[in-house]
Amino acid sequence: MTTLREFFQLLVFPGLLYAVPAAFLMVWLQRKINARLQGRIGPPFYQPFFDVVKLFAKQPIQRPPLQGFLMTAFPLIAVASTLGAISLLPVFPASGGFSGDLVLLVALIELGPLCAVLAGFTSRSLWGGLGATREAVLTLAYNLPFLTALFALAAAGFSLSGMATTASVPVRVLALAALLLTLPAKLHLNPFSIASAEQEIYAGSTTEFDGPRLALWELAHGLEWVALAGLIAVLAFPVARVAWPLHAIAFVVISFAVVVLLSIVAASTARLKLAQTARWFWLWGFGLALSALVVAFVQI
Amino acid sequence: MSFLDPLIRTARRRSPWLFHANAGSCNGCDIELVACLTPRYDAEQLGIRLEASPRHADVMVVSGPVTRTTCEALQTVYAQMPNPKVVVALGSCPASCNVFAGSPTIVGPLDRVLPVDVFVPGCPPRPDAIIAGIAEAVAILAGDKPRPEYATRPAVAEAVGTGGHQ
Repeated sequence: MTTLREFFQLLVFPGLLYAVPAAFLMVWLQRKINARLQGRIGPPFYQPFFDVVKLFAKQPIQRPPLQGFLMTAFPLIAVASTLGAISLLPVFPASGGFSGDLVLLVALIELGPLCAVLAGFTSRSLWGGLGATREAVLTLAYNLPFLTALFALAAAGFSLSGMATTASVPVRVLALAALLLTLPAKLHLNPFSIASAEQEIYAGSTTEFDGPRLALWELAHGLEWVALAGLIAVLAFPVARVAWPLHAIAFVVISFAVVVLLSIVAASTARLKLAQTARWFWLWGFGLALSALVVAFVQI
Repeated sequence: MSFLDPLIRTARRRSPWLFHANAGSCNGCDIELVACLTPRYDAEQLGIRLEASPRHADVMVVSGPVTRTTCEALQTVYAQMPNPKVVVALGSCPASCNVFAGSPTIVGPLDRVLPVDVFVPGCPPRPDAIIAGIAEAVAILAGDKPRPEYATRPAVAEAVGTGGHQ
């Protein structure tokens, strides 16, 4: 029974069958909101899907064997690990889970940015290296508040379903605010878009990626949207005693609400410099997360 | 593969990503190309996106009369783009060298250097003309229209084959 449920989670609901269309829709929603706020009409809803299909159908440039292998492997690992992270999210109230699945979730979510850093250096492009360096510095900056906020929520134990139900309201509000602050950096959105910085350092770490390899990156980026918005949704909807359809609907609705919020913030802000971004996260992000941690441990 | 062909052709029709190369242009055409992305013309409705890296692009948009210093760079960038790809000559300069014709620093017109698929004449062309030109290039990209004869001349293919390195 548990095996069946795990397969369902991996392949159907928070997993593959939900995650890939949701990834396309979230990327589209971000572009559409950006366009509407600039007074444009924006792309039609199928745009990200056709972008990815078109990229898969292009002939990749011939590369030296090892470099070609690595440049295909890194985006593949990013897609696979992000899908795994999505299927770990405790969408159903009694969805099993196991003690310590939070650690696995964080590892899987962090594998994507790590692959982006390695891929940037593997492509041996100046701009790829520059984007990868910025991405690496940014990882250090945003992971301090991100992990601290998760620690505050996980005061009762490193289990996702436990986290989603046991944390008290003030801890939850503070920690969720800190987590939300880190999302624009993780998703390369304004004001923390210095790592990809399109037009400024070409396309950052994906500058040299073409055709199917770039399509995998686009897919990985969409899945990161689903994973991170889903993480917020799971932690923000703590009621464990409601029926599972309601829980699943709330998960989807809150996920998309997070996308709308982040898109509006991204469209109305400008890009910060690398040092400003790092300082911002270590000061305000970490301050918020630390206060959540203090509240969590004082109450116990 | 064949049952996927209609899907792939539709995808190519709906998502042309541009790379813009300036081959000694006076900036007039470049401004008009950027005007295509503004609220008034909003080319993103057609899936058009201006990409920073030639590796991501399907359509290469070239403005300017092709100076001696940009000639080799153009061929390099063209070789860096993955197939299938098309070239749009933006403005009168890449078509005829315009007022720069006869200058010793000019190698152009562009069709001596690259296989041009669509010419968009004008000094500068209007944004609606540019979008129409890109739409025509996309039709060639998706296989709805044949490649024009002047884009398949052997001399051009040879120049491109020896010019760029990946």
